[in-house]
Amino acid sequence: MLQIRCPVCNIKGDETDFSYGGEAHINRPGATNEQPPNMARYLYIRSNPRGVQQESWRCSLGCNKWFTISRHTISQKILATYKLGETPQFNLSGKVKNI
Amino acid sequence: MQKYSLFSLLKHGFKNHSDWKEAWRKPEPKSHYDVVIIGAGGHGLATAWYLASKHGIKNVAVLEKNWLGGGNTGRNTTVIRSNYLHAPSIAIYEHSRKLYEKLSTALNFNIMFSARGLLSLSLSEQEHRAHGRIYSTNRVHGVQSALLSPREVRKKIPLLANYSKDGFHLHGALYQSDAGTARHDAVAWGFARAADSLGVDIIENCTVENIVREENQITGVETSRGLINTKKIAVVAAGDSDQITRTAGLRLPIECTVLQAFVSEPLKPVLNSVVVANALDVYINQSEKGELVIGGRSDRQVNYSRRGNFQHLEDTIGSVLTLFPSLSRLAMLRHWGGTIDITPDNSPIIGLTDINGLYVNCGWGSGGFKAIPGSGDTFADTIANNRPHPLVEPFGLHRFQTGQLIDESAATGVAH
Repeated sequence: MLQIRCPVCNIKGDETDFSYGGEAHINRPGATNEQPPNMARYLYIRSNPRGVQQESWRCSLGCNKWFTISRHTISQKILATYKLGETPQFNLSGKVKNI
Repeated sequence: MQKYSLFSLLKHGFKNHSDWKEAWRKPEPKSHYDVVIIGAGGHGLATAWYLASKHGIKNVAVLEKNWLGGGNTGRNTTVIRSNYLHAPSIAIYEHSRKLYEKLSTALNFNIMFSARGLLSLSLSEQEHRAHGRIYSTNRVHGVQSALLSPREVRKKIPLLANYSKDGFHLHGALYQSDAGTARHDAVAWGFARAADSLGVDIIENCTVENIVREENQITGVETSRGLINTKKIAVVAAGDSDQITRTAGLRLPIECTVLQAFVSEPLKPVLNSVVVANALDVYINQSEKGELVIGGRSDRQVNYSRRGNFQHLEDTIGSVLTLFPSLSRLAMLRHWGGTIDITPDNSPIIGLTDINGLYVNCGWGSGGFKAIPGSGDTFADTIANNRPHPLVEPFGLHRFQTGQLIDESAATGVAH
């Protein structure tokens, strides 16, 4: 079970106190005349990494705000928790150590 | 192939069972195959067997990273049913269920298929109406289906709690009498043995590192045991499919997470059908050995850990005890988690891809076991003829661009 700290209201809880919102930082393609392959990619293709994923969570039993977690999908280790609009405090491109 | 029969059993009995042959060979990989199947789980082995037996394509390799049938094929709750909601799903799952009925004879291997019936309990008026819809759809498509009254349900499951005074109200159940279970390992072993006897090479401990393509044509696959040349690659690797097709530049609409199941200590027979309670996120049946096999919900977030989650263990056991309070002193023997590949519409992806010679069969999520023979049969036909089999045509990758999704999230729910 994940132990999560909400970066907005700073309360700590189990993963059952929060709601999972899927992969984060997915941008909707341009508004008009988007081609089906691009739309399909936006709607259905996710990173699904064996490694670090950025994902949205909501503090559903607390302040009800969305925030972002960087979590390793094998070790389940949470590497960073940050508010919307912030950037996480580790290098996303490289491999994360100590996992 | 050494044929298994009562006669051979007697014959070997006189020799103290000392000269049974190995069920399949352990061949070294050749440098060229007509078809390379990645993944020796149920679906991969079934595909190989149907390719060899029905289509005469025998120069086939099945590559497996670990050991044969060691993934989700060997760790699932073995439920076989076909009471889905949409016509394409009903067609392929019913095809598969019918193949299961005769599979022991076809493979000369006892897969212990037991058509013991499956009850999906309706625990609210709304759920009973939803089951009514599935019942009607199933009847239209020729799947055996019935709606049972609470009295009939209790007659079939005497163990079920009687909670009428505590607000737990049983409204009835959706019942498929020819659904059931089979021995999961035997399905993998049976297909492996039969495919091997026709000349299929099953190569264990062989990790696929890279799919090689020239322009838009598959030319081979790089493995931990060397390069294998082939013009046709079938990716049947469940939770690893997405990682493998990535090496050929193809992304699949799949997210992987963990699903867990539990097995209790053996009991005297207490439950002679499969019981599903979607509202409680639990499904349960009793194995031939007497163990209760219990499955619950999958995780939501991407998870490759293959470790169970204590929260789901607690939730699921709570649900079991809600249904069957008399099991409260039962000890659990085993508990395991496997990586399942979930598509956006909870239906599998089977068929051709934009790359010539690359075929995919994955995305079965939490319910692939029941589809093993049907998927193998139709997928082998797809590979042999290089066009989608009519039954799998709706399950192609194209549906994510046309938007013709086959949304089975209602009929799959928790239950498989």
